[in-house]
Amino acid sequence: MGKIIELKNVNKWFDKFQALKDVSLEVNQQEKIVICGPSGSGKSTLIRCINRLEEHQEGQIIVDGKEISENTKDIEKIRAEVGMVFQQFNLFPHLSILDNCTLAPIWVKKMPKKQAEEIAMKNLERVQIADQAKKFPGQLSGGQQQRSALARALCMEPKIMLFDEPTSALDPEMIKEVLDSMVDLAKAGMTMIVVTHEMGFAKEVADNMIFMDEGRIVEKAKTKDFFDNPKSDRTKLFLSQIL
Amino acid sequence: MRNLLIKPNKENLKTFVIVGSFLIFISFIDVLFNTFFEINFTGFFPSKISFFAPLILGTAGLYLIRIEFSGNKLLDRVNANFNSSNFNAILTLLVIFALIKYVPPVLNWFIFDADFIGNSKDDCTSEGACWVFVKVWLNRFVYGMYPDTEQWRINSAFIMLFLLVGAAFFVPEKFKKYLLFFLLFVYPIIGLKLISGGDFGLKYVETGAWGGLSLTFIVSAFALILCFPIGMFLALGRRSNLPAIKYTSIGFIELWRGVPLITVLFMSAVMFPMFLPDGTYVDKLIRVLIAITLFEAAYMAEVIRGGLQALPKGQYEAAKSLGMGYWRMHFLIILPQALKLVIPGIANTFLALVKDTPLIFVVGLLELAGMVNLAKTNPKWLGMAMEGYVFAGLVFWIICYAMSRYSQNLERKLSTER
Repeated sequence: MGKIIELKNVNKWFDKFQALKDVSLEVNQQEKIVICGPSGSGKSTLIRCINRLEEHQEGQIIVDGKEISENTKDIEKIRAEVGMVFQQFNLFPHLSILDNCTLAPIWVKKMPKKQAEEIAMKNLERVQIADQAKKFPGQLSGGQQQRSALARALCMEPKIMLFDEPTSALDPEMIKEVLDSMVDLAKAGMTMIVVTHEMGFAKEVADNMIFMDEGRIVEKAKTKDFFDNPKSDRTKLFLSQIL
Repeated sequence: MRNLLIKPNKENLKTFVIVGSFLIFISFIDVLFNTFFEINFTGFFPSKISFFAPLILGTAGLYLIRIEFSGNKLLDRVNANFNSSNFNAILTLLVIFALIKYVPPVLNWFIFDADFIGNSKDDCTSEGACWVFVKVWLNRFVYGMYPDTEQWRINSAFIMLFLLVGAAFFVPEKFKKYLLFFLLFVYPIIGLKLISGGDFGLKYVETGAWGGLSLTFIVSAFALILCFPIGMFLALGRRSNLPAIKYTSIGFIELWRGVPLITVLFMSAVMFPMFLPDGTYVDKLIRVLIAITLFEAAYMAEVIRGGLQALPKGQYEAAKSLGMGYWRMHFLIILPQALKLVIPGIANTFLALVKDTPLIFVVGLLELAGMVNLAKTNPKWLGMAMEGYVFAGLVFWIICYAMSRYSQNLERKLSTER
């Protein structure tokens, strides 16, 4: 299986503050990567650079064979292939759940409305909220909203899914329902990069673990090795606090 | 001191309520007789006490009936809403006294002492308003100097508008967008052609003859429809990342917001023609429309920008992450939410626009208020300013109140929160 994402020596600054330092990473198709690390370590910035919600200043980011830079004309096309789930759900409150799911397929992919609705219902079924399709986001619980957001991203039939702390804004009892949907998605073979503190989820689905601190990738290892014998002291300290 | 004040209690409910109600009744009667018959019951008191007597009696009465959980629903409601403390009791009394004192004279002037019948100022013999003035001039107030024989054209243009708008409520969802397109782009041309004439065997009526309420509607409607999209693009422009667009928008908005409308209108009449090549002539009404539209668009832009700023960054990011470009993101996601947020502000700007239309008198166009202004200077009708302005005010109020209610309905309809 070929690599689908490649980062080479990526550097990123917010004014004077360097958020990413010399980050290199390769992601293969169908690979699941979980990124963890303390807050402010650059995990979110890293995945937001992959669909250019943040701009990097140095280095190369290549997604599905296309380099992302300020010269990229059709960044929208790349974004359409990269789904993202946000910490704060970011559903569109003025649209019903179904419309949230069909809007981008209809307007960006030029899909006929009927087909878009079929795909939307299929994906809502998949995250088990098909019965809420006609409701508005404000009428749903946090867990339901986050699963709707996942369905919305899946409706674009992306090649890659990015998760930016998808369960951090949820009540403990709703975390499981969202993680379950993500596990299903992983089993279906989606390429996933997940920023999360849910180590149980990481152990279950991740192929590789990445630990970041102060904008650097401190450690990258197979999931089992990462938890059983982490190499760096910083990772050991972090794991001892979080587990 | 505490013992001197009787504490109203539930045991003697009936006594307290009867005594209290009696005191309140006396205070109202005192004010009533004072106002209408100039009889002062409490004249035997020193003048200062006599002046405050109704207030003192009323407050005492309200104090006596202030019994919590009395079991009587009416009494409890009165106490909770009008009489929860001594301060509130006094406010309640003052409001009631003011109503007793001032509402009847106003009503008298408006209706009971007013003259409705007749054809000239001499028919107005009573003390109240002379509505004969409005009746005689009504045609001018509505149509301005538009020739009497051609007024059916204005009527049919407006009847057509009402029918179209009315139809919009009944046609199925599918045809609504065609109707809206017709209403926004085709109807204005038909309507204007019908009123101005010059073709199809209709006599040409120059815009100088247009006036009155119909002109108010024409100017308001065109300015409303045009200033909205312009304002929207200015708002987007001001938030643009492209410096040329951004600073042009800022410059435009600040320029128009910084000058009084009356000077803008004056310049549209005097200076604008100087920029045109010789021999071209742009109609006075069109120049005024352009001026008002651009002026209000600057305000609209800032209102809409407020809504844009209130949206969380996550909405932009979610739209981008789904592959939407700038225009799709704004028209599908951002603007629908931002505009909904600022409906009160948009309504505010629209109301202000309608009420600004009288200012077109500076270029010699007379809408409703302008016609009133003209009519009151007619030698046969001197001294009718009050009636005229009250009438104009009332008409403006009705228009604005209708718009305000519509905006509230829209807000409720579009609300998708729980």
